[in-house]
Amino acid sequence: MLSRTASHLYWMARYLERAETTARLLQMGGRNALLPDIGGGYRNDWEAVLQALGQLEAFREKYSDPNQRNVETFLFFDSSNPASVMSCIANARENARVVRTALTSQVWDAINTSFQEMQEFHRTERSKLLLNDMTDWALRAGALIRGAISGTQLRDDGYRFIGLGYTVERADNTARLLDVKYYVLLPSLSYVGSALDQTQWATLLRSMQAHRAFVWSYKGEITAAKIADLLILNRQFPRSLLSATQESVDHLEALSRGYKQPSRAATVARGLLGEIAELSVEDIFDEGLHQFLLRFMRRNDQIAAAVQATYLSGVPE
Amino acid sequence: MAETFNEMVDQGHVREAYRNLEKWQNDMPADLRAMKQNEAEALFRRVGITFAVYGEGGDPERLIPFDMFPRVFTASEWRKLDRGIRQRAAALNAFLADVYDQREIVRAGRVPEHLITHNEAFEKAVVGFRPPRNVWSHIVGIDLVRTGPDQFYVLEDNCRTPSGVSYMLQNREIMMRMFPNLFVENRIAPVDNYADTLRKTLASVAPQKCDRDPTVVILTPGQFNSAYYEHSFLADLMGVELVEGQDLFVEGDFCWMRTTEGPKKVDVIYRRIDDAFIDPLCFRPDSMLGVPGLMNVYRSGGVTICSAPGAGVADDKAIYTFVPEMIRFYLGEAPILENVPTWQCAKADECKYVLENLSELVVKEVHGSGGYGMLVGPKADKATIEAFRAKIEERPWNYIAQPTLALSACPTFVEEGVAPRHVDLRPYCLVGEKIELVPGGLTRVALKEGSLVVNSSQGGGVKDTWVLAE
Repeated sequence: MLSRTASHLYWMARYLERAETTARLLQMGGRNALLPDIGGGYRNDWEAVLQALGQLEAFREKYSDPNQRNVETFLFFDSSNPASVMSCIANARENARVVRTALTSQVWDAINTSFQEMQEFHRTERSKLLLNDMTDWALRAGALIRGAISGTQLRDDGYRFIGLGYTVERADNTARLLDVKYYVLLPSLSYVGSALDQTQWATLLRSMQAHRAFVWSYKGEITAAKIADLLILNRQFPRSLLSATQESVDHLEALSRGYKQPSRAATVARGLLGEIAELSVEDIFDEGLHQFLLRFMRRNDQIAAAVQATYLSGVPE
Repeated sequence: MAETFNEMVDQGHVREAYRNLEKWQNDMPADLRAMKQNEAEALFRRVGITFAVYGEGGDPERLIPFDMFPRVFTASEWRKLDRGIRQRAAALNAFLADVYDQREIVRAGRVPEHLITHNEAFEKAVVGFRPPRNVWSHIVGIDLVRTGPDQFYVLEDNCRTPSGVSYMLQNREIMMRMFPNLFVENRIAPVDNYADTLRKTLASVAPQKCDRDPTVVILTPGQFNSAYYEHSFLADLMGVELVEGQDLFVEGDFCWMRTTEGPKKVDVIYRRIDDAFIDPLCFRPDSMLGVPGLMNVYRSGGVTICSAPGAGVADDKAIYTFVPEMIRFYLGEAPILENVPTWQCAKADECKYVLENLSELVVKEVHGSGGYGMLVGPKADKATIEAFRAKIEERPWNYIAQPTLALSACPTFVEEGVAPRHVDLRPYCLVGEKIELVPGGLTRVALKEGSLVVNSSQGGGVKDTWVLAE
């Protein structure tokens, strides 16, 4: 397969995963805005949502007031914001368009139709749009595309590059959200275990669409340790760091097998997987959650860099 | 101007070939028609069949208007066209082989040498070179118009990279999907073996050095090219890689593409970029689209480029006049398809005639295309004609003139129902080990009433083109 083709497939998937992350965060923010604040009125977690995406600065440069309408605009429609749902879907579609020959017509159709519908949203009067409808739509579009990929794409190297795009991005997004919760949202460590802390953990679970998964798997009270276990170490939860890394390894090993050529990327990924598979929640808290997550994100980036060097640059190492 | 030939109706009677279609049209209520038209448009958008127009504002991804009313040829009409087109494609290739070799046709005094050597498309770099099977133009698009029951004219030849074949294929797909019954009631020759034939044609001209199943690629300028959709569509149908210049490199005596498994040797390049951009070392040094060193590999027989660089020398509007002569000279046959009578403004007496009769003639630039830079005398006002007169007087060699032809008209869906609109035809002839032609082509239609300009950039649309089986 052409290296450029592989690269477009990989980035297509990264943008698709990112679009879903943004949509989930928006959904979570919209729900929070309905909850009464302890100090009277309603809570305003929109800044936290922006921070989780690393977009607070960029937002402030364009808008003064972090109200729902502005945040919606910025995170859903703003094409100057690279993390907005619109930008991600447009970029995914642009990548897909260039390599349409490597996609089944069902996959292209799902992506292109999503893009057309997105533009339809954009043309609709804002007063007629409900945040929930928009985020539901985005998540449904994401599911449709993923379903078309899993149901119709040949399990060839192209499929693996798409898969890698999804898993590398997913691992990064989960780590980022978890880190933001711990490091940014909590005003000070004295809040750990407080009522505020509880609500925020629940919020984080919702943003990962993991609330049900948590309740079923862990029962009882929400604690930092249980959540860290779910989002980092739980092999059953599809967006945990361990699951995402495991899938990256699977894709890279399938590539090496198919090409009959061992790759450095697979070695790097296996290294990270081996490390976190051995960990317990206690080990992670001993290291410090923030330190651990930073280290994880760096290692995940190294996988991405190795994929780039081995397969996507067109000049074999 | 002579009377327009109506392809469906003959003195109030519907021709045999169109009988079923007339019933189909009469039985279709207006609301169903509107619904189908919307469905067709949605299908085109959904499949992503758009052509990109950048730099004019508006939606850069536009649809070429699709008219649902098919255009029909009978088997016997097509037989003549088929023979004529193959004959022309063979003669054009023989001419190209001669141009870059001994120039027998010049020595015989049939074609003036300066038309070759002073032609912008003439390529010094391939003089004396002989491509595999001595084929130069592998995909020949021949633009035809009809003026009477038995009267066809060749408007121009396209020996470089004629586009539009994806519309021929998709128009058929969409018609079959929307109106399956039409295909039960009429026996319509299929066109869907085009891609397979193209792949075989390209594989048949692999270099001699290639000792395995040849690797064929399509070279595109990239996604911002207006025909990008077509490039990717054809690559997909043929099952070959669609590459950009950056995906290829030259090493040793061969051309390679960068793949996830390392370099892979390329044997045949169907290029959809212009000569000037193929190789920055040989042609335009500022080209980002091509592959440095590719021409050396080509000339040493390491890779085949289709169509050959320099093939354009056979298809400009000044050489066009001599194609019937080529047919007689190389094939020893009488031309089956006629040229439109053409006046060369480069010749003083002919130029004088043109300037005296501007209001009745169509004047074109020798190297122009896309319907730009031309004058349609009978449709132009006085000021336009006078402005054009000045241009011709200033650079006469840059222009040719032809009589305004009464292009045939086909029934077409318009606002008020169905009305005749002028059409042309571009069939795609494939030249490799054999000469192949699928029964059909791209019919372009001028959607504006009375308009003779069918180019998509000027408000033209497309139709499905049927050749009825015997």
